[in-house]
Amino acid sequence: MTEWGMAIDVDRCTGCEACVVACRGENNVPVTGPVESLRGRTIEWLRIERYMEGAFPDVRMRFKPVLCVHCDDAPCVKVCPVSATYETPQGLNAQIHPRCIGTRACAHACPYTVRFFNWSEPSWESPLEQTINPDVAVRWKGIMEKCTFCVQRIRRGEDTAKEEERPVRDGEVDPACAQSCPTRAITFGDLEDTDSAVAQLFKSPRAELPLADLGTGPRVAYLQEGEWRGSVRARSQD
Amino acid sequence: MEASARDRKIEDSLLRHVFETGRGFYLIVLALLTVIAFGGFMWMGQLRGGLGVAGMNQPVYWGLYITNYIFFIGISHAGTLISAILRLAGAEWRRPITRVAEVITVVALIMGSSNILWHLGRPELIYLPMIEPQLLSPLIWDVGAISLYMTGSIVYLYLPLIPDLALLRDRSPRLRKLYKLLALGWTGTERQHARLEKAISFMAVAIIPIAVSVHTVVSWTLAMMLVPMWHTAIFGPYFVVGAIFSGIAALMIAMAILRKVFHLEKFLGALQFNNLSLLLVTMSCLWAYFTLAEHLTAWYGNEHAEMAVLSSRLTGAFAPYFWGMVIACFVMPLAILGPKKTRTITGSVVASTFVLMGMWLERFIIVVSSASHPRSQQMWDAGTYSPSTVEIAITAAEFAAFILFYVLFAKLFPLVSIWEVKEAPDEVEAGS
Repeated sequence: MTEWGMAIDVDRCTGCEACVVACRGENNVPVTGPVESLRGRTIEWLRIERYMEGAFPDVRMRFKPVLCVHCDDAPCVKVCPVSATYETPQGLNAQIHPRCIGTRACAHACPYTVRFFNWSEPSWESPLEQTINPDVAVRWKGIMEKCTFCVQRIRRGEDTAKEEERPVRDGEVDPACAQSCPTRAITFGDLEDTDSAVAQLFKSPRAELPLADLGTGPRVAYLQEGEWRGSVRARSQD
Repeated sequence: MEASARDRKIEDSLLRHVFETGRGFYLIVLALLTVIAFGGFMWMGQLRGGLGVAGMNQPVYWGLYITNYIFFIGISHAGTLISAILRLAGAEWRRPITRVAEVITVVALIMGSSNILWHLGRPELIYLPMIEPQLLSPLIWDVGAISLYMTGSIVYLYLPLIPDLALLRDRSPRLRKLYKLLALGWTGTERQHARLEKAISFMAVAIIPIAVSVHTVVSWTLAMMLVPMWHTAIFGPYFVVGAIFSGIAALMIAMAILRKVFHLEKFLGALQFNNLSLLLVTMSCLWAYFTLAEHLTAWYGNEHAEMAVLSSRLTGAFAPYFWGMVIACFVMPLAILGPKKTRTITGSVVASTFVLMGMWLERFIIVVSSASHPRSQQMWDAGTYSPSTVEIAITAAEFAAFILFYVLFAKLFPLVSIWEVKEAPDEVEAGS
């Protein structure tokens, strides 16, 4: 069985936000606009967090792409009263939009704050509605949504492999964020396959699991050099 | 005075508010309906536009609705304490106030759980947790506990009402069919009395663990999550203590209003207020002890995520609410109800009002200050919560509906248990 995972090299990330845009386009993530964004209603399945380190003139800026880490023991799954969120056998934390009743309990339960609520009916200004990806359902007001690891791309990769009667090759399936990253900071693949690039990166001494001490078992690892370790989690100065 | 003549007098004075309807009744019903209608209108807007019209955001996904939910369900503990615990303890002075308390319980439960309707993103699917529950979810435990408590409270309100319903059936000029149906053929024979006492005693015992479980489970919807200052074992007992605390305060305010409006001074007298005031002071001390224990542990542990919440309460954005809560829930009740001189009916109403405001603030602080400071620190400043007009209008409508239900109950049924007062008139009058 496949177990999808992702490794993100923070040292490679330039904070260009190409992944954010790619994710938005691929997954029909609603654009909430500047007014709603200032009120904290931005929907970004993948966001870039900025960390300023040091004091002038010795300042360094670090960027960290933050998305659902698809926990092995997900706090969000446990609290949903109607099983609208669940863990697939392949280790994806999936959201069943038609089941969701909008208690928003999962959003509080998630220690990574990567679940998003549709505060109003999503809309696309013309002609943007023509950019909607037909492979991904458009959500509606009153429900939660979140990163799916681009499950539609995973399924397509699996289907192709099945047709050609072979297993899915490492690197064959890439979510939109990984595909669009100009510095190749994001590696996606099968964690069960010990030879896969992502599994190798998980074993790297540079790898760190986000909020690992909570025991949620993230399937996203961050890679960074030793000297910066821990400081990524320090409070932002801005 | 002869026994039957005295009974008749008790009946007359306690049934007056059911039989006599003044202009004030229609005026207050109209005023309350206006507030409710406005809240309903705002809710329609929320249904149409989505929850975006409320002030909630990321990371504060829960706001005023959940605050009200916890607050009202807390208030509902009034009935259980008074009618169950005091009944079991054989405290005779509770006789005239049991029903006043039990009505608060039922109405507060209705108002509390109604918050789920406006809180949900898709209220049209509110039935889904009942038919396809995910049993690991604390929200499902909530559904179970509150349904059980609601059923139990209604039964427990209804049982001691039966003899009075029979009285109404015999004496009421209107709605006789309804009273006859509800009175279940009560004639007041000894066998019926024995059965009723047995049933009430059983319910009194059964309702206590249910009530404790309700606010424990309500607290668990927060405490089961990995959110700083929510994820603590103290929340269960802390919420139960707070619930009974606010319940007593609500009861005293209700009693003070009812005795004036319906001229029940003889039944809801100084003795009742004095004893309840002492209970309130006791609960206030317990509450302060729990509050101290909770916050000291977090402060001493000095965990980064918890300290963020704690400092927002002690010195940060929530400090005015926090210290306001401490003054309202601890300083004021002790200062007013501690000295005998101010432990009067007016004093207990003032103290109770402070307690209710303080306990509402407590729920607000707990929900919003923790929600504003998730472990993901970059989300701290993403959205700050302040309630919108819609939320405030709906909250006002909830309080109005609470009063309306109470007023309507008083129009249909006696607010003081007539048969129980008749059983021990001396104890009751001794207190007036």
